[in-house]
Amino acid sequence: MPVYELTINGTKRQVDVAADTPMLWVLREHLDMPGTKFGCGIGQCGACTVHLDGQAMRSCLLPVGAIQDRAITTIEGLSEDGDHPVQQAWLEHDVPQCGYCQAGQIMNAAALLKENPRPTDEEIETAMHGNLCRCGTYVRIKAAIKTASEKMA
Amino acid sequence: MTLIKNTFNRRSFLKASVLAGGGMMLGFNWLASCTPVNKEIPLQMPEEWFNINAFLKIGDNGVVTIMSPNPEIGQNVKTSMPMIVAEELDVEWKNVVVEQAGLDTQSFRRQVAGGSQSIRQGWQSLRRAGATARAMLVEAAAQQWQVPASELTTTDGIIHHEKSGQSIGYGAVATLAAQIPVPEEVPLKDPKDFKIIGTSRKNVDAKKIATGQPLFGLDVKKEGMLIAMIEHAPAFGMKIKSIDDAEARAMPGIKDIFTFNTKPEGIETKWSDVTAFSDLVAIVGNSTWEVMKAKKALKINWAVASKGENTENQQEALSAVLNTKAEKATRQDGNIAGAFKDAAQIIERSYTAPFLAHNTMEPMNFFAHVTADKAELEGPIQTPQALRGRVSKVLNLPEDKVSIMMTRMGGGFGRRLYGNFGVEAALISQKAQAPVKLVYTREDDMTQGVYRPAYKVTYKAGLDADGNLLGVHIKGAGIHGSPVFAHRFPAGAIDNYLVENYRVDSNISTGAWRAPRSNFIAFAEQSFLDEVAQAAGKDPIAFRLDLFDRAKNDPVGEKNDYDPERYAGVLKLVKEMSGWGNTMSGVHRGVSAYFCHNTYVAQVVDVKMNGAEPRIQKVWCAVDCGIVVNPEAALNQIEGGIVDGIGHAMYSGLTFKDGKPEQNNFNAYRLIRHSEAPLEIETQFVQNGIDPTGLGEPSLPPVSAALANAIAQATGSRIYDQPFASHMPSTSMINEQKL
Repeated sequence: MPVYELTINGTKRQVDVAADTPMLWVLREHLDMPGTKFGCGIGQCGACTVHLDGQAMRSCLLPVGAIQDRAITTIEGLSEDGDHPVQQAWLEHDVPQCGYCQAGQIMNAAALLKENPRPTDEEIETAMHGNLCRCGTYVRIKAAIKTASEKMA
Repeated sequence: MTLIKNTFNRRSFLKASVLAGGGMMLGFNWLASCTPVNKEIPLQMPEEWFNINAFLKIGDNGVVTIMSPNPEIGQNVKTSMPMIVAEELDVEWKNVVVEQAGLDTQSFRRQVAGGSQSIRQGWQSLRRAGATARAMLVEAAAQQWQVPASELTTTDGIIHHEKSGQSIGYGAVATLAAQIPVPEEVPLKDPKDFKIIGTSRKNVDAKKIATGQPLFGLDVKKEGMLIAMIEHAPAFGMKIKSIDDAEARAMPGIKDIFTFNTKPEGIETKWSDVTAFSDLVAIVGNSTWEVMKAKKALKINWAVASKGENTENQQEALSAVLNTKAEKATRQDGNIAGAFKDAAQIIERSYTAPFLAHNTMEPMNFFAHVTADKAELEGPIQTPQALRGRVSKVLNLPEDKVSIMMTRMGGGFGRRLYGNFGVEAALISQKAQAPVKLVYTREDDMTQGVYRPAYKVTYKAGLDADGNLLGVHIKGAGIHGSPVFAHRFPAGAIDNYLVENYRVDSNISTGAWRAPRSNFIAFAEQSFLDEVAQAAGKDPIAFRLDLFDRAKNDPVGEKNDYDPERYAGVLKLVKEMSGWGNTMSGVHRGVSAYFCHNTYVAQVVDVKMNGAEPRIQKVWCAVDCGIVVNPEAALNQIEGGIVDGIGHAMYSGLTFKDGKPEQNNFNAYRLIRHSEAPLEIETQFVQNGIDPTGLGEPSLPPVSAALANAIAQATGSRIYDQPFASHMPSTSMINEQKL
């Protein structure tokens, strides 16, 4: 199997896996970073969202062989000690219930605010459309994104 | 202060002391991650822990570890249950570290997540655990100071003797306290003195969740662990005939492929052992992706064991039983035939619901390591004790050789009451002779479920010329059981009342799904009463309040299992909150009230129509769950139930063709998304000081009816079938009706 050199959360990492292995499983199983979650495997739920060169991507559909030298950021590396404004807002609003989808929601929200620091309600809804939450925390997620937006602006 | 009898025995305390060892192994980071959100000074690690009882241990510096006994599925018991212990122990919450307990039936009662019962049924024992420990600490100080314990008081983990002016921290007397005999009676606080209960405390795992730390079953990783997946038959009613695994076996990373059966003959099955697929293929290998690929390469021939069902035939079968002659009534008051004969107006409506999958965001999974003499299991399970029982039987190991550790669950909603995946993991580990983590794909998860049953119910009401309700006849049918509760409202409020329940058998497995039966019947009942109120020319809230008055002042029958006053209370509160009766341009309102899982909820939904699409502007919600333990978390539960209830009523459903589920992932199975959630939810709790009841389910059932009633106001058309999105009137129909 080929060896891939990847830049993850600012650190160079090497993995020896098949080229079609999705980044989701490379992160979770080969690099011991289980914060990125498996939900559907077909890019429909957003639980596996990571940043690829700053853009939100579904890592379940991202083969390791296609990454090349693009930088990957995961929930573990979004901030140094969990103090990214989006993470802080999540805690302030006590958003999580079961918590399983929340890493993906946070990563998607952080990418949104990076591109559009003051999104409207409609822009939030559109940007977050791909992130499912079965517990139904959407109202709190939106409120937390607005709080983070105010802090970042 | 109330004195209550202690039910702990010495044995459970001693046993707990042994089990609770290992607290010292917790690292500093772990402690820090459990501290409150804002950057406060991290807790100092104690040098030594003293086990006081199964629920708690106290560090020499006064830091307290409180065990959370029940499984955490997102209902927040890992925070709220320890809050109750901490309250009676009388310590500051910032000095508390919470740890998840494993299955320990000697020390804990009812380690189950289900029926919204953790808080209600744990209330007294959690308070006693804290109060008992506090009494032992006080007694230890009394002995040390040679003064009567009755002269001592406590505040925030400090024991005071006012007369001598002495004070001492819990940590300093913990070693002595651990040896004090367990008192027979302990005082409990007066609820007006609560300092933690009734105040909002953040989810103790929130920081770990927000930073991606491992918490869930799927995150479990052990030395030498292999990954396993299963392949089940593609349709209900099918079983394995033969397999050709030559290609899959040769694929990289694959260790073993074999067939196995989770229901060996001669072992009795219980309610929690439901699964339609006991005949399985296991694929075991080094990594999930390799195993997934091998799974796809399997060639399996399937045989028909029983006929594959179709959705339309299932609904026909439900209609057929409803049209059969009356069987024995589940409840009968007065004379329904006479009431209908006298009626000036008869209204009869039928309501239907599809099967629903649970779709927890974390797919089913479990870790198991089975050796010749023991089995260690770890993963997401709502019923660890039932799983231990089943695993012990299928592995033929004594129960005390089977250990179950509960992980945080990425949702449960009832699916994880049925532990087939844990049994499967154990059997695979036994056969593969290795520690394994069983992982379901989303497709596996959605297509082998223990679904919310498909239902059909018919309501028939007779009104006199003045709009008085003379009688109601309810007939309910469902796959494996009816959703109708015979003795709930409006039973007790109507002179002539008849309930009949029917079941239709099927080879599709069904079971509990968030607020079982209530999740559908609230929609039918509260939509129907709304339509009847309209036909009677009455305001829908006034109409319901009249019925509660009747049930309170002159109840019909004796078995009515609700309190009409508390029921009416939430309706009155939501009426006031929402300013019911005020009209707002373009906003249409619907109301609903329902009681389940010991909690009363009333809601008003405000919708605006965007073409044929309703957009919910606001949901007003009044709740009576007695004492609210953790207000912010309680609000979160209520909001979640509302969003979940709206989502499933509007959009979700699972259909079958020849026994095969026609949706197997989120591209085909629709769940509510951000843009479909209400713009705002406002909740108020009734303040009455009654012992608390649960919140994981009760806000879900009524909201579907409040939404349907609001849509009826907006469009002039009632909706009788779920999911609503498939049965909404088209825009052109709406416009015609408006004209």
